[in-house]
Amino acid sequence: MSDILLSLRGVSKNFGEGDVLRGIDLDVRRGEFLTLLGPSGCGKTTTLRIIAGLTGPDTGNVILEERDVTALPPEKRNVNTVFQNYALFPHMNVANNIAYGLRVRRAPKQTIRTKIEEMLALVQLEGFAKRMPAQLSGGQRQRVAIARALVCNPALLLLDEPLGALDLQLRRQMQLELKRLQEKLGITFVYITHDQEEALNMSDRIAVMNDGGFEQIGAPDVIYEQPATRFVAQFIGQANLMEARVTQIHENSLTLLHGDQTVLASAPSDGALKAGDSCLLCVRTERLHYAEMPHAPFTLTGMVMENRYTGGALITRIRLPSGEEWTAGGHGRADEAPAVGSTVHLWWDPAQAAVVGGGRGGA
Amino acid sequence: MRKRRVAFPPIYLAIVLVLMYLPILMVVLYSFNDSRTSATWAGFTTQWYEKLFRNQSMGQALLNSMQLAGWSVAASAIIGTLGAVGMSKARFRGKGAVETATTLPIMIPEIILGIAYLAIFTAIGLPLGMPALVIAHTTFCVPYVYIIVKGRLVGADPALEEAARDLGASSLRVFFTVTLPLILPAVLSGMLLSLAMSLDDLVISFFVSGPTSTTLPLKIYSGLKTGVTPEINALCTLMLGTVFLLVAFSQLMSAKRVKSEFKGGTP
Ligand SMILES: Nc1ncnc2c1ncn2[C@@H]1O[C@H](COP(=O)(O)OP(=O)(O)OP(=O)(O)O)[C@@H](O)[C@H]1O
Ligand SMILES: [Mg+2]
Repeated sequence: MSDILLSLRGVSKNFGEGDVLRGIDLDVRRGEFLTLLGPSGCGKTTTLRIIAGLTGPDTGNVILEERDVTALPPEKRNVNTVFQNYALFPHMNVANNIAYGLRVRRAPKQTIRTKIEEMLALVQLEGFAKRMPAQLSGGQRQRVAIARALVCNPALLLLDEPLGALDLQLRRQMQLELKRLQEKLGITFVYITHDQEEALNMSDRIAVMNDGGFEQIGAPDVIYEQPATRFVAQFIGQANLMEARVTQIHENSLTLLHGDQTVLASAPSDGALKAGDSCLLCVRTERLHYAEMPHAPFTLTGMVMENRYTGGALITRIRLPSGEEWTAGGHGRADEAPAVGSTVHLWWDPAQAAVVGGGRGGA
Repeated sequence: MRKRRVAFPPIYLAIVLVLMYLPILMVVLYSFNDSRTSATWAGFTTQWYEKLFRNQSMGQALLNSMQLAGWSVAASAIIGTLGAVGMSKARFRGKGAVETATTLPIMIPEIILGIAYLAIFTAIGLPLGMPALVIAHTTFCVPYVYIIVKGRLVGADPALEEAARDLGASSLRVFFTVTLPLILPAVLSGMLLSLAMSLDDLVISFFVSGPTSTTLPLKIYSGLKTGVTPEINALCTLMLGTVFLLVAFSQLMSAKRVKSEFKGGTP
């Protein structure tokens, strides 16, 4: 049995007004929680619909469990979907909604009854069997939709922004529940969101999408620490970016020049950079430090533009000599704020500053 | 000033209602009037109803009308519903034109339709009578079902059918377990409207009924040649009662529908 459950090979789609998907490739591993993350309109739902069989690709193949299912209709695929607005059948009660997939498969009555009970317990909706969807709260509908999709033991569960309509608190709670459910059942999830925090919290791997293609596919920490492109660096977390030129390569770090100011960064593991190359450097907001005294060998300075105190974190906007505006945040109290207009020295732990794309992407 | 503004609508409403319902009320009153000439009130009677029920040819006409309505309502419900469902999914060039063509017969004067049916049935050699009537009535009832069902489908969430397919249902099963239950109220409304249209049609039936299949409206019309008899008033009263019941029923149903839809509003 292969480790790969689902593969997309060169899948493209055009609805008539330009390419929505530009020949994407994707491998989803058995049992993993993979998130498609990207801005609105980048093609996430289209990708999911192609996997489910609800939309046909123009070119390319969908391979599920080592079988090419590109031409199979949705009802013949061992895949179930939790739709963006749940799509519960309004004329059926909770039990009948959940039982739908089993009845289609002509499961025996007794099996159906026990399965309904089992699923209701799984999503913590015992006692709700006779309710109509209209009599449920958003979070409860959400759970019914998940139970309905899980009841037939799909190899793969697709979820299209399942928490999009919930308020923040319920959303956090459901994130945990979903993640626990996925781990407990061991079912592979392909999950759509445009909320980066949600993606970072829940995923085994994140596929960052933009404009019909993948920018980077990797574990959350890799996506966060070593963004492959400028888009990924800017889309996820708060990034400070700067153009710099490599002057020296050490074992684990690089010395770079931004204008005539020296900074350090971690060396990409693939050793693709040489002295003299230019590249794009990414320093996360919470990892940027500043002080009145220089922190050798850094010689980067900046002018304090503004201080903002937002519940527990002091956010300081600093302008570099090159004119770029950077943000430092995540530490300090309001009474420690540097004076606006003063010059500060900037530094960071070289291990926590990455060259975007390992030197090849981004810039 | 202010007073007039408040008083005007009720007066207006009263005038309209009286103008609309006075003639109908007269028919009902006369059907209980114990006088053949029907000019003056001569006391209450139910004799015209008794006479009506003993009238063999009236009974036959009523049966004909009901048989005709039954077949044509059933046929137009199936054709109109399938048409609306199919067209809501179809994507092709000139779809708008086809849709207009489907609903246009509603606006064509009945007399023209009657002549047209007569011409075509004569041309293909179909004898006038019940089959011809059913075909003609079905044809003019289909657009009503089509329009009402299509209106319902426009507001429907396509994700529901996709969810059913995603759960493994075949197209046929999706139709019977998801699509049809959701549009059923619209189908029933369309059928009620068709029923009313078929029952009271005179003009088209006049052209295609033939000698043996006289419908109720035709019977009433031919009876009029000898003047309005109290019997006809009685028959009209019965028909009015039936229509009112049907309308009340359909109103009740749509009220229920609105209520359940309100409860089932977007999440
Ligand atoms: N059936 C369709 N016909 C025409 N264009 C479509 C269709 N479906 C999607 N598109 C277009 O394809 C693009 C990608 O759509 P898609 O729904 O995949 O985006 P998304 O990433 O899911 O966005 P969101 O986060 O807003 O849901 C959009 O520009 C959209 O307008
Ligand atoms: Mg979407």
